[in-house]
Amino acid sequence: MAELVLDRITVPLRSFDLSLSLEVSSTTALVGPSGAGKSTVLRAVAGLVRPTGGRIRCGDAVWFDAAAGVNEPPDRRGVGLVFQDYALFPHLTVRENVEFSRRQPADEYLERFRIRHLERARPSDLSGGERQRVALARALARDPDVLLLDEPLSALDAHTRVEVRAELQELLRDLGLPVVLVSHDFDDAAALADRVGVIIDGQIRQTGTPSELVARPADPFVASFTGANLLRGHAERVGALTRVLLDDGTSIVTVEEGTGAVVVAIYPWDVTVSAHRPDDSAMNVIAGPVQSLVELGNRVRVTVGSVSADVTADSVARLGLHVGQRAFASFKATGTRLV
Amino acid sequence: MKRAALAVVYVGGALVALGFLLLPIVAIFVHTSPGHLIDQLSNPVVRDAFVVSIKTSATAQVLILLFGTPTAYLLSTRRFPGHSAAVTLVELPLVLPPAVAGVGLLVAFGRFGLLGSSFDALGFSLPFTQSAVTVAVAYVASPLYIRQAIAAFEATDPNMAAASRTLGAGPARTFFRIVLPLARGGLIAGLALSFARGLGEFGATIMFAGSLQRVTQTLPLAIYAEFDRDFNATLAMSGVLVLVSAVLLLTLRIGLAWQSSSSTGSRSLFGLSTSA
Repeated sequence: MAELVLDRITVPLRSFDLSLSLEVSSTTALVGPSGAGKSTVLRAVAGLVRPTGGRIRCGDAVWFDAAAGVNEPPDRRGVGLVFQDYALFPHLTVRENVEFSRRQPADEYLERFRIRHLERARPSDLSGGERQRVALARALARDPDVLLLDEPLSALDAHTRVEVRAELQELLRDLGLPVVLVSHDFDDAAALADRVGVIIDGQIRQTGTPSELVARPADPFVASFTGANLLRGHAERVGALTRVLLDDGTSIVTVEEGTGAVVVAIYPWDVTVSAHRPDDSAMNVIAGPVQSLVELGNRVRVTVGSVSADVTADSVARLGLHVGQRAFASFKATGTRLV
Repeated sequence: MKRAALAVVYVGGALVALGFLLLPIVAIFVHTSPGHLIDQLSNPVVRDAFVVSIKTSATAQVLILLFGTPTAYLLSTRRFPGHSAAVTLVELPLVLPPAVAGVGLLVAFGRFGLLGSSFDALGFSLPFTQSAVTVAVAYVASPLYIRQAIAAFEATDPNMAAASRTLGAGPARTFFRIVLPLARGGLIAGLALSFARGLGEFGATIMFAGSLQRVTQTLPLAIYAEFDRDFNATLAMSGVLVLVSAVLLLTLRIGLAWQSSSSTGSRSLFGLSTSA
């Protein structure tokens, strides 16, 4: 498998410069808020945006080299780009879309993506999930060296999304191509990619496996992006532990070392919610009214004061939790990280 | 009470305006029966004018299409120094009085004009020939096509062309397989508009090409020439132009509907029959 290498590419954007290096051999996700420059990275790889500096190569093929003046046009780079809105050609049938890049029929791709029965349909007649399968089939039917996915799940409704995510997971695992996908959702990225790079203002803040990012976020931004609660406060060492006095007056104990102004990161799945003040090994308790109850698939994200916890719907029912009720969020000192 | 008064103003105003627009058209057909119209086609003046009009307009539209389409594509996809000046230049003939355009063409391409001597050297003279009619028509009608074409190209999703490029299609294949089909509704609408404008051309043509029967006398020029000689011929030619204009207006409407359906990615106007 050829490796895709982005070597210090620079693209001036409106309010900042995109500037990063990236080596992709399996599936890498770039996650970050919208406007962070994620899609620009894909467009630069595809040749739709010309960087002002750096090199892009795939295996031995140099696609872009600012110093050497190399800039292959998009049609001479072996990229399969799946656009965020899929960009299917509305005037062509499903089969014509998939075969656009080929001289021979692409029946294998119609079969593989289960769109054979739709071959004569127009993109406007398809559902979101079907459109995505057509877009993937079209991108792969050109036999690319690299697959690029721009927000592959964002155009789908919540129901289809879960289904498509599972399908995509399977596809990417068996593909044997370097894949770069961009997403604003860490969960999606973590589900689909082996490696995740968190990008903000055109810079990659941290790269690692999803679990590495969750376990060791490099900064508060990465921590919040991976879904952590962030509590700001002032830390001081107390024996073997660190005590953090939060801005709202609550104090928290953590096993991590730190002093001065710090941010404490706690993941929602490490937080327990109870209706009465708990009496167990959890050293940290935050009391407050239930701010919100949001269903996320098979769990419910309960926000107590400034801390969110993920609990099952059964627990919510058992505790009789409702918005405005006073509740307690507790978590162990070992479940906290200073970032 | 106030509401009712307002409704009377709206409805009354609309009725007057629509009636005003329609009445002259109705009047023409009140004075020319279909039979009379067909009879007049054997009138040599009418027949010649019809042939000259169709020949020169068709040639002009081909030229407009061939030169206007790349111009519009360039102006809609590239930003370069002088871009807005170029767009303004393209629109110039729209605001120029046609008679002035005719004078301009005369002093540009005429015997003593800017390019006249080079034309002379090559052994041909443009003014007062049928080619001059074509040139005059192309000059005044091209902005209508180019403007509409710019709008049509701008309305096509740039990601369509980008997707085509990443699928291995070069710029030419991308243009002919993707951009052109997606813009075609708007292009057809533009062509209908410029055809209608060209067919009605009077001022620039009479200045630059004259009004010579069988050579440069188009339908509008013949209508004017026959006005005080054979009013029946005038009416018949007017009737013909009304009918042609109606067809062009319909083409324009269909083209625009087509364009908006393909640029939003929804089912195309003829999608039902082709995808069945």
